[in-house]
Amino acid sequence: MLDPDILARVQFAFTMAFHIIFPSLTIGLASFLLVLEAMWLRTGNDTYLSLYKFWIKIFALAFGMGVVSGIVMSYQFGTNWGPFSKLSGPVIGPLMAYEVLTAFFLEAGFLGVMLFGLNKVGPKLHITATAMVAIGTLFSAFWILSANSWMQTPAGYAIETGRIVVENWFDVIFNPSFPYRLVHMVLAAYLTTAFVVAGVGAWHLLRNRENNAARIMFSMALWLITIFAPLQIIAGDMHGLNTLEHQPAKVAAMEGHFETTKGGTPLILFGWPDMAAGETKYAVEIPYLGSIILTHTLDGEIRGLNEFAPEDRPNAPILFWSFRIMVGLGTLMLLVAAGSLWARYRKTLFDCKWLHRFALIMGPSGFIAILAGWITTEVGRQPWVIYGIMRTADAGSPISPVAIAGSLAAFFVAYTIVFGVGTAYILRAMRQDPRHAHIDPHEIYRADHANVVDHIDTSKH
Amino acid sequence: MDYQLIWVLLIAFSVFAYVTLDGFDLGIGILFPFERKSENRGKMMNSIAPIWDGNETWLVLGGGGLYATFPAAYSLLMTAFYIPVIIMLLALVFRGVAFEFRFKSRNHTNHWDVAFATGSILAAAMQGAMLGAFIEGINIKDGHFIGGAFDWISPFSVFCATAVVVGYALLGAGWLIMKCDGPLQGKLRAIAKPAVIWMAANLGVVSLMTTYLNPAYGERWFSTPNIYYLAPIPIVTVGLMFWLWHAVKRREKTVFGITLSVFFLSYLGFGITLFPHIVPPVISFRDAASPDNSLSFMLVGAAILLPIILGYTAYAYYVFRGKIDDAGYH
Repeated sequence: MLDPDILARVQFAFTMAFHIIFPSLTIGLASFLLVLEAMWLRTGNDTYLSLYKFWIKIFALAFGMGVVSGIVMSYQFGTNWGPFSKLSGPVIGPLMAYEVLTAFFLEAGFLGVMLFGLNKVGPKLHITATAMVAIGTLFSAFWILSANSWMQTPAGYAIETGRIVVENWFDVIFNPSFPYRLVHMVLAAYLTTAFVVAGVGAWHLLRNRENNAARIMFSMALWLITIFAPLQIIAGDMHGLNTLEHQPAKVAAMEGHFETTKGGTPLILFGWPDMAAGETKYAVEIPYLGSIILTHTLDGEIRGLNEFAPEDRPNAPILFWSFRIMVGLGTLMLLVAAGSLWARYRKTLFDCKWLHRFALIMGPSGFIAILAGWITTEVGRQPWVIYGIMRTADAGSPISPVAIAGSLAAFFVAYTIVFGVGTAYILRAMRQDPRHAHIDPHEIYRADHANVVDHIDTSKH
Repeated sequence: MDYQLIWVLLIAFSVFAYVTLDGFDLGIGILFPFERKSENRGKMMNSIAPIWDGNETWLVLGGGGLYATFPAAYSLLMTAFYIPVIIMLLALVFRGVAFEFRFKSRNHTNHWDVAFATGSILAAAMQGAMLGAFIEGINIKDGHFIGGAFDWISPFSVFCATAVVVGYALLGAGWLIMKCDGPLQGKLRAIAKPAVIWMAANLGVVSLMTTYLNPAYGERWFSTPNIYYLAPIPIVTVGLMFWLWHAVKRREKTVFGITLSVFFLSYLGFGITLFPHIVPPVISFRDAASPDNSLSFMLVGAAILLPIILGYTAYAYYVFRGKIDDAGYH
């Protein structure tokens, strides 16, 4: 029959996977919009304003979808994970309460002014609103990643009569994996956004390489990629070292290592980790590289999966492959960065068709990398919901499997419709020429109530 | 300091802020079927477009705050109300995206109007049903929910569902009477009039039924000396409903204000009836609370941040004050 735990996990994974896509984009876009508005105010170049208007429509759609899918998350802890909520409430609850108080209200409070208030409050207050929204998205990332990291590497607590009691809030918030995860995720959000912006810019350049708005966004996005793609690889490496220290079983599964090795560990490029057989089959290996990457030495010890009790092992095939998808995409991102530097050196950034096509194909790569990375870290936490404290099997609410299957089906249908349509609207907004930041008749109607329209747009009509 | 008491009051405040603020938002969706003209629907929606997100954030504070401060209650209530919570969340998804999608859609504006209206009505109805089931009490043994998935459906909870839908519609009408003028305002007055009578009847029925549901509830209100202290609440409410009846015909701003006051008094009455139970009929908020050091840690933040939040929220309302004008309609 249907296993309620599996159904609840699938539902959580499904709703979370949809949700994480939107904040990943809005974290980056909010900062991008702030930069665009600042450039507009500083230079007086109206192309920046056109770009602001172009991207704020996409931001508004993505933000709206992020909000509604996020509200679902805040209740799903209780509906499907009652025992987990009861146990973790005193620790994780306050982190989330701080997220609501410092981030959600800040974003929501200034979003209206940001979207509709330019003509009502003037540019100075308006850019303040944009800045508040951008800061809000980062505060949000701070708290939610702190909570998420605490589930991975709990610290600062004691267990008294079956309850978790916090002993030191600083240790809870800044738990061992949090700084690495925060940096890794924020860089990922910025990179994801940069690839979206670069992809859109590339698409417009492929149609018309003289499009100056497309040129500006393409160049800006590629500068960010050029700096952040290598930084992300360094951050990922440091995060990996941290994981090896605190969650060695996760790293063993990611790398497909079943036997413990004391130095000279190879890097398994590809293969099929077979949990039942306790070995990685068809392994393609590079000698010593595993030791170098994981321990930064030639003779560091790396514990294999077979050293952990069978009931404490995460699912190796999923981790092995999700990790490789993420790393593979990261490598391709680095290639885009290198290609853009080469094109800049040759002064062909806006004429280089293969680079434009490459950037276009890589447009959604950040989302896939984030999902793959998220699967790696969360599946790698299994079989624990709070690492070492509570098993996922003990965390589920006593809900009938039929009810969960029903809600899962409802989420599936609703999200497919809503986010399918939303994505279609976003793609349509991306197709419009950014130089005109064209506003359709409905938009004018809405805009004039809310004053999004300005002299630039009206003069273009 | 009694952190548990402070937090139960703060959570109650968040829920009240949600009920009134998102109440009028949802009310506008509930009123959509009564206004067929697309441009008027656009106006109605635009009157809340800049603020709805902030209003709904109180729902997240209520949920997230309950998780943090009274995790045992959060866990029990969400499990007991699994189906209505999920339906409410999905309804909020559809109505929330409608704010953006309606104006992005070229050919399907009407679809998103339907999504907005249906989502608003369903979300309000589920909140009402949960309110009713909450008052009736949750089936708990040894701290675990032992009831069925459909326990929340009862004649009383269904009645409460309609009462909340009507109440939110009236809040929404009050907001729109303040924000609109001309024929649309006249139409909203015409809708609001029967809604006032309906709401008055609902309040009377729900109040009386509540006191009969559980002897302790009746005791709270009718025993002496409580009855002397508490009598002003129903009496003032009745007075407000009469005032509302007259205000609906000619006043612009007072309709919304009076309806808010009625909501406040009803909510106060609800709190007085149930206190100190956070999961009626047995679990008191003290049994469900997080340890004091979690509560005090959050209280520091709440004490600093809530006034700031109220400040910039008020600023956002101030920026978008006044009538929605349609001078710019091309």
